Amino acid sequence: MTKSILIDTSKCMACRGCQVACKQWNQLPAEQTTFTGTYETPPSLSTHTWMKITFNEVEEGGKVKWFFGNQRCMHCTDAGCMISCPAGAIYHTEAGTVAIDEKKCIGCNYCVANCPFQAVSFDRATNLPFKCTFCLDRTSNGLQPACAAACPTGAITFGDRNAMVSRASMRVGQLKDAGNRNATIYGLEEVNGTGMLYVLADKPEHYSLPADPQVPFGARLWGVLFKPFRIFVVLAVGLGLWANRAQVKEVEEAKKAQKSSQGVK
Amino acid sequence: MTNHWIDYKNSDVFMNIGGNTAENHPISMKWIEKARETKGAKLIVVDPRVSRTAAVADLYVPIRPGTNVAYLGGLIQYILANKLYHKEYVENYTNATFLINEGFKWDDVTGLFEGVQDNPARNAKGYNQATWQYQRDEEGNVRKDPEMRDPNCVFQIMRKFYAKYSLDNISKITGAPKDVLEESYKLFASTGQPGKAGNIMYAMGITQFTHGAQSVRSVAVPQLLLGNIGIPGGGVNAQRGQANVQGACDMGMLYHIVTGYMPTPQQAAHATLADYNAATPGGYWANRPKFMASMLKAWWPDLRPEQSYPFLPKLDGTDHSHIASYKLMGEGEVKGMICWADNPAVSGPTAGAKRQYQANLDWLISVDLFENETAAFWQKEAGANPADIKTEVFLLPGAAGYEKDGTKTNSGRWIQWNWKAQDPPGDAKSDLWIADRLFKAVRAEYEKGGVFPDPITRMNWDYGDEADPERVDKEINGYDVRTGALYTSFGQLKDDGSTACGSWIYTGFFSDPANPACKKRIKETQGIGSNSNWSWAWPLNRRIVYNRGAADPSGKPWNPDLPLFRWDGTAWQRNDVPDFNAAIPPEDSAKNAFIMTAEGHARLFTQGLNDAPLPIHYEPAESPVANLLYPQATYNPVSQRFYPPTEHTVVNDEERARYPYVITTYRVCEHYQSGIMTRNIPWLNETMPELFIEISEEMAKEKDIANGDTVTIESKRLFNNGEQKGIVAKACVTKRLKPMTINGDKVHVVGMPWHWGYAGMAKGAITNDLAPSVGDPNTTIPEYKAFLCNIRKGGKLA
Repeated sequence: MTKSILIDTSKCMACRGCQVACKQWNQLPAEQTTFTGTYETPPSLSTHTWMKITFNEVEEGGKVKWFFGNQRCMHCTDAGCMISCPAGAIYHTEAGTVAIDEKKCIGCNYCVANCPFQAVSFDRATNLPFKCTFCLDRTSNGLQPACAAACPTGAITFGDRNAMVSRASMRVGQLKDAGNRNATIYGLEEVNGTGMLYVLADKPEHYSLPADPQVPFGARLWGVLFKPFRIFVVLAVGLGLWANRAQVKEVEEAKKAQKSSQGVK
Repeated sequence: MTNHWIDYKNSDVFMNIGGNTAENHPISMKWIEKARETKGAKLIVVDPRVSRTAAVADLYVPIRPGTNVAYLGGLIQYILANKLYHKEYVENYTNATFLINEGFKWDDVTGLFEGVQDNPARNAKGYNQATWQYQRDEEGNVRKDPEMRDPNCVFQIMRKFYAKYSLDNISKITGAPKDVLEESYKLFASTGQPGKAGNIMYAMGITQFTHGAQSVRSVAVPQLLLGNIGIPGGGVNAQRGQANVQGACDMGMLYHIVTGYMPTPQQAAHATLADYNAATPGGYWANRPKFMASMLKAWWPDLRPEQSYPFLPKLDGTDHSHIASYKLMGEGEVKGMICWADNPAVSGPTAGAKRQYQANLDWLISVDLFENETAAFWQKEAGANPADIKTEVFLLPGAAGYEKDGTKTNSGRWIQWNWKAQDPPGDAKSDLWIADRLFKAVRAEYEKGGVFPDPITRMNWDYGDEADPERVDKEINGYDVRTGALYTSFGQLKDDGSTACGSWIYTGFFSDPANPACKKRIKETQGIGSNSNWSWAWPLNRRIVYNRGAADPSGKPWNPDLPLFRWDGTAWQRNDVPDFNAAIPPEDSAKNAFIMTAEGHARLFTQGLNDAPLPIHYEPAESPVANLLYPQATYNPVSQRFYPPTEHTVVNDEERARYPYVITTYRVCEHYQSGIMTRNIPWLNETMPELFIEISEEMAKEKDIANGDTVTIESKRLFNNGEQKGIVAKACVTKRLKPMTINGDKVHVVGMPWHWGYAGMAKGAITNDLAPSVGDPNTTIPEYKAFLCNIRKGGKLA
């Protein structure tokens, strides 16, 4: 059965309980951040931050609005990462979500480049990509994803896609009745449907979501032209990375040294 | 709270004023969102800036910090002028019809009421309240005018008093645009219709002012006019800022009350128990001698109450509030301090001075999860020279909430048992363990002799070798001294020394030790959300207090869909525990709907506070403008001047030019209070890493400040010996704050969270170094929410 996470942005107050719960469940280390003039931290998704709340201030018609987005892997049907993966390491689970098979991954980084949502992050140390897993370890054991379990308002809910879609339609209807002309469901049509569904009270851009996400042309071309010869490409890319392994290690160590010298602020 | 969190789902209109419910009480939003989704409820947020609560509101009203009473006074005026009050409720359940002494008046220029006099001890004004009293006939009954036409009746006095709280004036004072003001008043006043429920929820943005008690009154008065007290979805809902702060107050942790909100005796007036009892008020409080005798019996069971009463500490006329205690410490009067789960070096007003005062202590004990700034005040990180400080500091590691058994009492008065999830780490111990060891050690010393050993050596301390929280709970619950049988109701308590009870309002929460009510976890499957079998709410498991107000005088619920009570002709059908005499016909109990007051009616006009019978607009101690409504009034004239205003606060135009910006302080969702718990959690530091100050884009342009720049913030508290110091923070330049137009002039408002300090993993400057040590004349709560500052670009981060 296809599952979805529904983010009802009209009920999100950006407490970021989800963001911290994601780190706690997945045991992701804290990032060293600074205050840069916005509540939004860390500045971007990373191998240690698989989901984050975005904060967008918008002034329209003399009224200030503060929109809270929920940025992470969208678990696309037409998944740029999956299409472009030369190793076939990225696949759709039974629940329709997008997962990475670490054993098959060759560390080519194409998934990162071909994600229309900038939701995949690459770890040079392990040569692996990381992203929201839809909490497969929880959901396959009858639990909600950690973000949904932590959400105090019911802005994040999890369930069968059909149920989530009808709930989203109901909420959009209510929001429209309450005067939100731009209220819409996001994730029904985009890239042929995404596992993440959003109830948006306003335009997608206000929630840090692209209005019209597209799988890059290169990824599609790759899918058509080169997939039949995948094994050769995998070997070639793997060989190249192996040849570069010393350099990769150097970069990692330099990064580590830099981090520890910053210390705890 | 008069109501409780789950009851929020029954509200039609919410007003969040002086609070930031989404960020500081996130679970409230679950029930607010439920009400919005299921019944189309509306949320109004009144706040100086667009907070995360305002971001999700239906209507946002910007107001200048410190003008809540003006805003709510405007609401009172709007309700009265447009006849939007709940007429039957007001006439029957409030004192609107009562006549006040003909001599009562006020001065529209000075903002003073009749009976004003000097109070040199407080360096402030006080009142002889003789003319604030009710008119009474020969038999002592209050004179009333049921038609509410007599010029001396409360209703007519209010109409006259609030006449100038017009939309024009309130817009000029608060800075809120007139149309937005009116829209908010209209929306909230719509709950004055019978069957509609309006909920005003607030927190420290209402209370932390030199007029804090009047702010709370200005919440209560419109709620009474609209008939929103005692009904599902209504209420005056003080949202507590800590998990168990309600429980702490219930146990008498404040200096001016003992348990169950009985006043602390005063040495001069209440030398004996008979003197204390002679001051017993009317209404249900007439039972107070029983509660006091039972408390004394719980503490000293071997003595008669009148024998043990002298053991109770008495107030000696000296102020023992937070500000005053630290002032005494600065004067060398205080030699030792136990600071228990408290961090005043960050959380107190004028915190920098407090850290210096602490050097006068011989010893300081700090109980906390981590070493906090108060305990670390002598270290060089605090700016101190350790060699100069002689104070001996003891650090006792405490256990966190999930590392100990016991109860927590939430804002809705629910006393919920908390089961320990894991042992505390290392040497950390529960508060009870520490208190038990401390008491036993002190007692052992007194058993060797002392000046006045009896209060300690004869005190009941019967909790076992390893103190058992359940044995403490039984004492709090109350029991028969002879048989030990636990009581189910405070109605069983007596004043003859035969009954013992630690805190009368808790009687019943632990009456069945095998299955105590506070451990019940049965969810309601049908009903209106009372969840009467989930834990236990004081008093008597009553979920909504003053609940006679939920039905009309004949016993019909105002809202038939949400019936708290319904009189079926012979008895009450109930969804809650009655807060009235349910044994008499509804028409009779309607005459005494508010049983806690002597007159049985809710007080629109009150004689109970030191500073005003009706909520009146005073400016904060530091304000950028004069009082528009009362030109000669400055800040609350009754508020104690702890330090000479000329030295401590901004008092003239020259100083206003030096400190031109209004500043307010607040918390963010990601950190908790003084931050000592959350600043030691890397995941939370990642989300809110540093201290910042929110300023408008317009102000940033004027001062050439870019987003993320460092800026220095200065106040008069940091001006010493001709030298101006400041604290440094990162700038958050935002659209969410706008310059305000106050009486025609542009005023900049800025805001800062106050979670940082020099201890812990994430460090930053201490915002409360800026705040003045001024407080409310009734509660002495400090004025953290509105004062003046200056801002300079640049500075070195702490």
